[in-house]
Parts: sequence; structure tokens; C-alpha cells
Amino acid sequence: MSHRKLMASLALTAVAAGALYSCKPKGAQAAVSGDAAEKAYVAPGKYDEFYNIVSGGFNGQLGIYGIPSGRLFRVVPVFSQSTESGYGFSEETKPMLNTSHGFVPWDDLHHLAISETNGEHDGRWVFVNGNNTPRIARIDLSTFRTAEIIEIPNSAGNHSSPFITENSEYVVAGTRFSVPLDDQNGDVPINTYKQNFRGTVSFIHPDPTTGNMSIAFQIKTPGVNFDLARAGKGKSHGWMFFSCYNTEKANTLLEVNASAKDKDFIMAVNWKKAEEYLKAGKGKKEAVKYAHNVYNESTHTATSTMMNEVTTLDPKECPDMLYFIPCPKSPHGCDTDPTGEYIVGSGKLAALIPVFSFTKIQQAIANKTYDGDYDGIPVIKYDAALYGEVQKPGLGPLHTEFDGKGNAYTSMFVSSEIVKWNIKDLKVLDRVPTYYSIGHLSIPGGPTAKPYGKYVIAYNKITKDRYLPTGPELTQSAQLYDISGDKMKLILDFPTNGEPHYAEAIPASMLMSKQRKIYKIEENMHPFVAKGEGQTKVVRNGNRVDVYMTAIRSHLTPDNIEGVKIGDEVFFHVTNLEQDWDVPHGFAVKGANNAEILIMPGETQTLAFKPDRVGIFPFYCTDFCSALHQEMQGYLRVSPAGSNVALLFSTGKNNGATANPADSSKAKTTKP
Amino acid sequence: MKTKLSLLLFFFSAFMIESCVSKTPTHKEKLDLQELTKNQPEEHGAEVKPGDIQLTYPLNDQWVTEGKSIYDVKCSSCHKLTDEKLVGPGWKGVTKRRSPEWIINMVTNVDMMLEKDPVAQRLLEDCLVRMPNQNLNRDEARKVLEFQRKNDGE
Repeated sequence: MSHRKLMASLALTAVAAGALYSCKPKGAQAAVSGDAAEKAYVAPGKYDEFYNIVSGGFNGQLGIYGIPSGRLFRVVPVFSQSTESGYGFSEETKPMLNTSHGFVPWDDLHHLAISETNGEHDGRWVFVNGNNTPRIARIDLSTFRTAEIIEIPNSAGNHSSPFITENSEYVVAGTRFSVPLDDQNGDVPINTYKQNFRGTVSFIHPDPTTGNMSIAFQIKTPGVNFDLARAGKGKSHGWMFFSCYNTEKANTLLEVNASAKDKDFIMAVNWKKAEEYLKAGKGKKEAVKYAHNVYNESTHTATSTMMNEVTTLDPKECPDMLYFIPCPKSPHGCDTDPTGEYIVGSGKLAALIPVFSFTKIQQAIANKTYDGDYDGIPVIKYDAALYGEVQKPGLGPLHTEFDGKGNAYTSMFVSSEIVKWNIKDLKVLDRVPTYYSIGHLSIPGGPTAKPYGKYVIAYNKITKDRYLPTGPELTQSAQLYDISGDKMKLILDFPTNGEPHYAEAIPASMLMSKQRKIYKIEENMHPFVAKGEGQTKVVRNGNRVDVYMTAIRSHLTPDNIEGVKIGDEVFFHVTNLEQDWDVPHGFAVKGANNAEILIMPGETQTLAFKPDRVGIFPFYCTDFCSALHQEMQGYLRVSPAGSNVALLFSTGKNNGATANPADSSKAKTTKP
Repeated sequence: MKTKLSLLLFFFSAFMIESCVSKTPTHKEKLDLQELTKNQPEEHGAEVKPGDIQLTYPLNDQWVTEGKSIYDVKCSSCHKLTDEKLVGPGWKGVTKRRSPEWIINMVTNVDMMLEKDPVAQRLLEDCLVRMPNQNLNRDEARKVLEFQRKNDGE
């Protein structure tokens, strides 16, 4: 090969390499770098570096993924019944989905917030919102189970939530729809929106030790739509920022009518001030109705309590608590940087990204640099609050996260890209395409004071042409980018379960060591537990039959049950006697109208069953547990109503269940 | 020449890639996850060696009682007190057949036993169900042993 040819090859390589790292979307192939596979590869038997906790959107669940591999480990049901765990189907977990409207087993889950201490993730709980029938749930990160759900009164479309303060003092919930408040007559013409519709933002206090939530107070606000929020941190600790749209107060065709003004608002709430007003007795107790559901880890049972009062604060009586900051245009994300100085508004319809300065906001308030008021609440002059604007960042900015190195990363829905820019000089540094229509994005620790600026993950709404098609509905997806260098580099696509809205990622080392492995059978306080086969029994109480059953590899006790009649309701309380990690047992009975259940080691769960016909109803373990799993089965005999077949149960020896009219009223038992 | 060119190209592209990833991440503490895979706290106790378990006479009645309650909750599903096999072997005579250390290890350290003890391995072949880890600590296992001794007529 001649020298000239060599030079030509080198030039070609350089061009190719240049194309590889260039910034313009050039289609799928151009965006993947050569060492992508290596960076996302987690060898068999090795662990991922981060847990990625991802909203499942309209499926009401959370997906737990590994980063960088993108592997899905678990789907955690929160606002949905689960055909995997029996959550929402078992008698113990049904109360979790209770609301003031009754049982609502499917909600739309959008955002999440991992609990924080000193502005950093502490890995104890993750809070999520139920959007449709307003609720906030707490998931315990040592069990990856829903521990608590609280309904939010005076709210509709609980979108602007949950966002958390730097020591988990509060989890906030802002209403998307303003509506007539719960204690008002709601039977009003819709076109009286401006007179009758109000907004609220709720401050929910999780107990620092138990995590148990209570609504500390609600602030009544003008009838705008609250979209998202972020807490101040560091110097801005004590403040919460909510983005709002529809400051036009339109009640129809919002697509047009709520986009009329050039600027909407970010609402700044001084919640330390709100606390002072509460102490000073400015809070007003109002009659409302909302459910508070708590799962008890020792009885393995949830209880639902109906609450009937909430404390509200009215800004008219509480000056210096709320301020509006104009923000172009229909702001969505409203994100505070790790220092707490900068608040980034993302106007969905704006051609720029405004960055506000907390220091300037404080000066403006001190100097009353206002631009009038909105429903009596001071509106700070835009320029007086503004640090600066990122010019021409892209189209449709939605959300911003931070790498802890002075850079911000904003998702661009319309132009399908992530844009990296410098917070200080507001210059765009890099942009990468996403496939396609990115919504949220996440950097591990990104919303905290201490981000791990190693990856950014994009959560995409549209994946046409990226995956094997599966009928009319295609998978949603996430994309992983390495941001350890100057340039963002796409290293992995992975499908997600449901529509990924927000997500957070936390170092695996923070959660791994505290994972619960079993429930100790000695500590099981379930009222229908059988601690050992000696305690198994079948008890009739009128038409109610309680079966105290145990499961262990590889049999159920009792496994022969007779004397159940049409008209009875049978409650199978199954206690898993195993005390080893990763050995659940399942339980299913033929014809059960609701579900099956899955029981963790040491746990008791209940399946209610109403037989609909006379005959033999087999039951069995549904979770492959041992070599003799297929043998783990039994029979329930169902006799006609009024039959005199005696109640009998056994395992191992069935001495015959001949009808004995004389005995039919008494339970006759054969010990196993 | 061809080799030289390839080499050159290789170095060139390596340089291109390297130049983009050489910045170190911001982690303060180094995460050593793979270490965690080995060091997860395990409820299972350490191996019990010959001589570690002292048999005392007469039987400790309180241990017998406590051992019996543990048996009722955690063992009786699979082990009868007679010589009849259920899921696992019946317990009658077990304290004569096996050493105290063997029994304690089987209760608290099943994985180790199934890995290296030929008798435990043979029992697995017979029963086809791994003896479960029932999360007993050594003291609890010792009390169960006392109950087994009682069951064997001591």
C-alpha cells in the first residue's frame, strides 16, 4: 500500500470518527459508539451498579431495572392489582386500594421521589403519585413493596407530585385540575370556572422513623393547573417551586385556550413560613373525606382508615408565603440544581430555557420588585428573578437533571434529543438524539445535591422502528447514555414495562445490603397464622369457613378438606413455613373468581373462595418450589347446601368423610 | 504493510475513543458491588467443628421444651418423631446415627453439608428435596438437638 493510500485511509477514518462523535441526529447507527456493548455489559453472575426505579405510567406500577445493563428485575404493583404477587387480590392487600370512592384498583402512576437526608438519597423509601384518583404511595425499599397509600382530598389529577424536600420533611402533591373544593357545592356550571374552581398544593409529612404519612397542611391557590415541582435545597431549603399552566383559567379546549399567554408561572412556596402560620393558628380545619391505607408488616395485613379532616392555609390570610414567577410558556419541568441557587423552568412551548436565581428572587421579594399580583399573590418581575436564558436549546424542553459538574441536561420532546448545557454560562455544550419523543430523563442522584454524573437515561414515548413490532402497541423504552466524558454517548436501548414517566437511580450498594430476605415465622402476628402444621385447622362460623393452611416443600396442610357446602365462603389462610430466601409458595384453587396468591417465606396470605357448584375442587402450589412441586396439591370437597357432610381435614391419612348426620353441626377433625 | 496500517488505524481509533472517556466519574467512594455479592450477611452460621458441641447430662429440660416448640413450627412439616420418612427422614434414632456436629451443621449450614458431606448428599438423593434453611441459629439448633435426644429416650 502506498503512502498516499495510507494517508487517504487515515483521512477516511478521521472523517468516520468525526461523524461518530458529531452532534447531529443521523439515524440510529450513527449515534452508537464502538465500545457501547462493553460499557453496558454486565457479565453473567455480576451485579449492576445502580438500581433504576422507573414509573410504569398508566400501568400503575414501578419497574426495577439494573443500570448499566437495562435488565428488568421486578415490577412492583402500587396502584394496580398484581397477577404476580396477588397484591390487591389477597384479603390482606385489598384495603391498600381503597379510596373515598371505594376500591380503585388501577391508577396512573407518574412520578417518584426517593427519600432524602441532607439533600442526598438515603435509600429508605420511594414515594409515588397516583394521578387519576389522587393518591401518594410509599414503597419500602427493603421489601420493594407498597407500604402505605394516602388519598389526597381537594385534588383532581394529582400530577404535580410527589416531590420531596432535602430531609424528607415533606412530600408535596399539587392538583393538576383545579376544581370546586370538597366542602363546596360542586354542582356548578363548568363555565363558572373562574369563580368556583380552586387549586391546592398539599404538604405530606412522612414520619422520620416509620415513614407513615399524614397531610400536614394544604395551601389553597388560584384555579390554575399545577404540573410539576421541585424542592429548594441548600440555600433554597425551605422553599418549594411548582410549575403551573392554564393561568388563563380556561375550562375548554385547553390546547388552545391555555396557551394564550406568553408566560405562565412558577409558584414559589415558602413552606417554612407556612409552618409559622400553622403554629400561629392560621390553619383552618375543613371537612373532607380521604382514605389512609397502611400495610402492617407483622400482621401481614393492610388496614384502610377513612379520614375526615384536613388543615388548610389561605394565602389571603398568610402573606409572604406564595409568589408567582412568570415563566415562558406553559412550563412543565421546574428543576433546582444541586446547589439550590438555580431553578430551571422548561416551557413546553418556549424557544428558550429560563434559569432563575434564588438569590435574585430573594432580592426581588425584599425590594418588592413586583409586576402586580395574580389573585392577590405577588408576581415577581421576570427580569428581577431571571439569572439568564439558554438560547435555542431545541424544541419542546420538558425536564432537566444535573451531573454535579456544573452541567444541566434537558429533554426535548419535540426535537427528540437531550441537550447538555452549562449552568453558569448557559451555553449549549452537546446534544444527542433520542428515539423518539423523550419525556423524562434521569441521572443517578440527578435531583439531589450529590448527583453521580456517570449516566443519563432517556425515557421515550415512541419507539417505532427501534424494536421488533408487536401488533398495534409497541414497547416504550429507555436509552442509556454515558456522560462521563465531554460528549454524551448512547450505549444501550432497553424496553420498559409500561410508559416510563419519571425515574430515579440509586447506587446498588445503598439498597443491596438491607434487603429483607424472609419474614420470621416467630414474628408473624397474622390473626389466622398457623405456626407449624400442628396449628393447621378448619373452622366453621356460620357460612364462613376459615382454613388455617401451611405450605412447605412440598406439601400443603391440610390437603384433604371436606364438609364445605354451597353458600359457604372459604378463606384459605396460607402460611409459608419456609425460612429461606427466595422460596415463595403459590396457592390456587379451581374456579376462584378473584385470583391466586403468592406467599413469601414466613408470611400468611388469604385467598377468599366462594364455590359455585358441588364437586371436587383441586388446589395446588403455583410457584415451582422443589423437585416435588408438581405433587404439592390437594382437594376440597364441596357438598350441596344443607348437606350433612361433616367438616374434616387431614394430610397424610384421610380416615374417611362419611356423612354423619348426628355430627353435622360439630366440626370433627382428624389430626395430620 | 497491511498489518502496519491496521495497527495504525487501531491506535488511531483507540485514541479517538479514549479521548472521550478518560474523564473520571464523580463517585467519591468506590463502589465494589462484586465484593458485596460475597459478603452479604447470611443467616447461616459458621461450620460447627467436632468438639464444638458439648452434650450435657442430664438433659436440659428447658432446652427440650424450647426445642419442641421450634420443632412444631419449623421442622414437623417434614420430620416425624418416629422412624417413618415424610419429606425428610423420621427422627427416631437420629442422635445415635449422627454426631451432634453433623446435626447442627445440617440445620444451620445446609449448603455446606450438601456440597461436601457424603451422607447429606445421599439423603438428598433419597428425599429429592433439599433440607431447607429454616433460619435457626446455633443456639436454637442446639435446643432442637436436646429435644431429639429426649425423643431418642435419653
